Amino acid sequence: MSSTTPFTLLANTSCLPLAEVTELPVADLVRRTAGELDRGARLCSWFGTPAPAGAVRLVAVLAFDADNTLAVARSEPFSGAYPSLTVTHAQAHLFEREVREQHGVTPEGHPWLKPVRRSRPEGDAPANGEFFRVDGREVHEVAVGPVHAGIIEPGHFRFQCAGEEVLHLEIALGYQHRGIERALAAGPHRATVAQMETIAGDTTIAHTTAYASILEALAGTEAPLRAQWLRAVALELERLANHTGDMGALANDVAFLPTSAACGKVRGDFLNITALVCGNRFGRALVRPGGVRHDLDADRLAKLGERLEAAMGEVTRATEWLWDAASVRARFENTGTVHATQAAEVGLVGPAARACGLVRDVRYDHPAGWHRFAQAPVAVWPGGDVFARARVRDLEIQRSGQFIREQLGSAPEGGVLDEIAPPAPGSIAVALTEGWRGEVCHVALTDANGRFASYKVTDPSFHNWTGLALALRGTAISDFPLCNKSFNLSYCGHDL
Amino acid sequence: MTPYLEVPLRLVVLLGLAPLLPGIINKVKAWVGGRRGPPVLQLYYDLARLWRKGVVMSTLASPGFIAGPAVAWVAVVAAIVLLPLGPAEAPFAFRGDVLLMIYLLALARFGTTWAAMETGSAFEGMGVAREVSYAVIAEAAIIAAVLSLSVQTGSVSLSAMLAPAPGAGAVLLAAGLFTVLLAENCRVPFDDPNTHLELTMIHEVMALDHSGPPLAVILHGAAVKLLLFSLLLVEAVLPLGGVSAPVALAIIAAGVFVVTIGVGLVESLLARFAFRSVPLLLTTAFLMCLFALLMAWKGGAA
Repeated sequence: MSSTTPFTLLANTSCLPLAEVTELPVADLVRRTAGELDRGARLCSWFGTPAPAGAVRLVAVLAFDADNTLAVARSEPFSGAYPSLTVTHAQAHLFEREVREQHGVTPEGHPWLKPVRRSRPEGDAPANGEFFRVDGREVHEVAVGPVHAGIIEPGHFRFQCAGEEVLHLEIALGYQHRGIERALAAGPHRATVAQMETIAGDTTIAHTTAYASILEALAGTEAPLRAQWLRAVALELERLANHTGDMGALANDVAFLPTSAACGKVRGDFLNITALVCGNRFGRALVRPGGVRHDLDADRLAKLGERLEAAMGEVTRATEWLWDAASVRARFENTGTVHATQAAEVGLVGPAARACGLVRDVRYDHPAGWHRFAQAPVAVWPGGDVFARARVRDLEIQRSGQFIREQLGSAPEGGVLDEIAPPAPGSIAVALTEGWRGEVCHVALTDANGRFASYKVTDPSFHNWTGLALALRGTAISDFPLCNKSFNLSYCGHDL
Repeated sequence: MTPYLEVPLRLVVLLGLAPLLPGIINKVKAWVGGRRGPPVLQLYYDLARLWRKGVVMSTLASPGFIAGPAVAWVAVVAAIVLLPLGPAEAPFAFRGDVLLMIYLLALARFGTTWAAMETGSAFEGMGVAREVSYAVIAEAAIIAAVLSLSVQTGSVSLSAMLAPAPGAGAVLLAAGLFTVLLAENCRVPFDDPNTHLELTMIHEVMALDHSGPPLAVILHGAAVKLLLFSLLLVEAVLPLGGVSAPVALAIIAAGVFVVTIGVGLVESLLARFAFRSVPLLLTTAFLMCLFALLMAWKGGAA
């Protein structure tokens, strides 16, 4: 592979001078990217970066999971149009719509060039726009959102149904667009790290760790070992809290009360353990470029271990109730199935991909930070239905718990926060982290002064929303809330 | 007692006590889930609050939007008055009153579905479609149950039909009627009264656009319907013919309490079914009532 690819290879959380990155004419970049995707690579990110005179360069970031390496390439500056990658590779479809929206270059042949986030001049929300429609006497359209029952984020779902059966679901997001990437131009600024913590509030540790790793890579250094260890522990605590909450929410959606009530409580326990580490239940103000802001002294370390054991015991019991109930299994099995080929085609990541039997886990495929020294087994389950996604979550709860147990006894000594040098000029850095929803990808390009020329954030939800739309095909519309919960994707992470 | 005194008295007691049932169910659910739960009297507070509120009307809706819940409420209340309370016969007992009761329940369903269709909302349309499709099987089950009681007693008047025990088919009849009770009152595993997700609702989604007093009427009507089905179940299964009136009333009250707790336990321990398997369960309930009918028939012939 490595001898024949035109792409420039680099490891996760590393930095290269931009001059060393392969530069291709844009049509070649599309063709070569398609070639690598055909050979089993995965599109992590695809974005535009401004070039002089109003032109644009495209940057492609690929992951070769089996080779544990990442690859980047960029196009020569161009403007106007370029041949679309989506025509052959569906996983690029949102990326290409995004590039068009941000830089005004048109992917020619793209079948569905709607805006991703921006509202149209004539309308006040992204939902205003065309929706794919199915015609027929029995077909009816159901519009859900952007205002939903319950306290969740805004998003618009448009169903084409024949009776109870969903023929097609189109998801329109963008209501949460806050302009994070635009705010990062010419960064890093003082507020940047706080913005990173709020890209998706429930994925604070993963996003902030990716951002900190980018700055450390650009500075040519690494965080102190003890900081890397603490980041890894905090990442698993974040996963534990969210997966536990999801198990409870899944139980609640099928009206299975015992697990729902218990998991709601235990999720709070896990959040409180994170608060024990850094004083904030969502892990804010913990990870900083150069390390972490809080160390764990021996007292709190012991207390963390105790509370973890108690919470793990409770969550294990609560999920056992769930698996023992035949009525729950009947409800979960064969609901919202995504086939492995579909999952690979649309580029699913995280638990959603692993529940289709795809072995994809950044902690294992592209280890960085503490995960180079310590790993948890990848949790995979075949099937691709709600049952599989719940099962993967449950497995990950057990394995994250086990991971933290093991790591608590093997903390490295030393400081936790170093001063780091300013970012290297004219460079590109890539950092992937396995957040609880999946792969968090940050890419930074610096200009001649060492400021960000472009900073691209790809939340796992950006890959996975398409998976939810596919899961609904041929399913009863009444199963939508359950399927939605089984993916539990982020609106603000997608909308940035 | 004269009917002029008895009917208002019965109405006050039955309509006054009906909102207690959902409160008990919620308490049981909270207790099993390890929570404190809302007060038992919560529905009374809700009704009082809704009654004081204004009404938001859709500009598209016809007067049927308000009339529907009113018709449904009156129909359910009329149906519950037809029920005897043990030896205390119904004030208006007549030959064939059981048929009137079944038709009144159908009329009530027509009223709620009519009101739900008024706003033209896709959600409510789906809810109505579900409600009506499942009712087809649920009504068949009730009719089979009523027939089995009728065959056994040789009567088509509720007061005579509900007095003796239904013999060998009692267990089948109880299981069938309990399942129908869960379906007709939109409880788990057929519907989830606590869900906030419109796409999965049956009964709740039909009341989404209603507010204020009409919503209060819908909620109260639902509670009365639950009481009606609990009474029917208890009286159909327990032999109340031979005992004195106060004892019978005590037995009925205890029976309704047990049924309510049973509903709460089912909701606590069972997940909700997918819609596609609901007809299967309802058909099972129908078959149980049908076998009860067969046993009553054969038992009578032997």
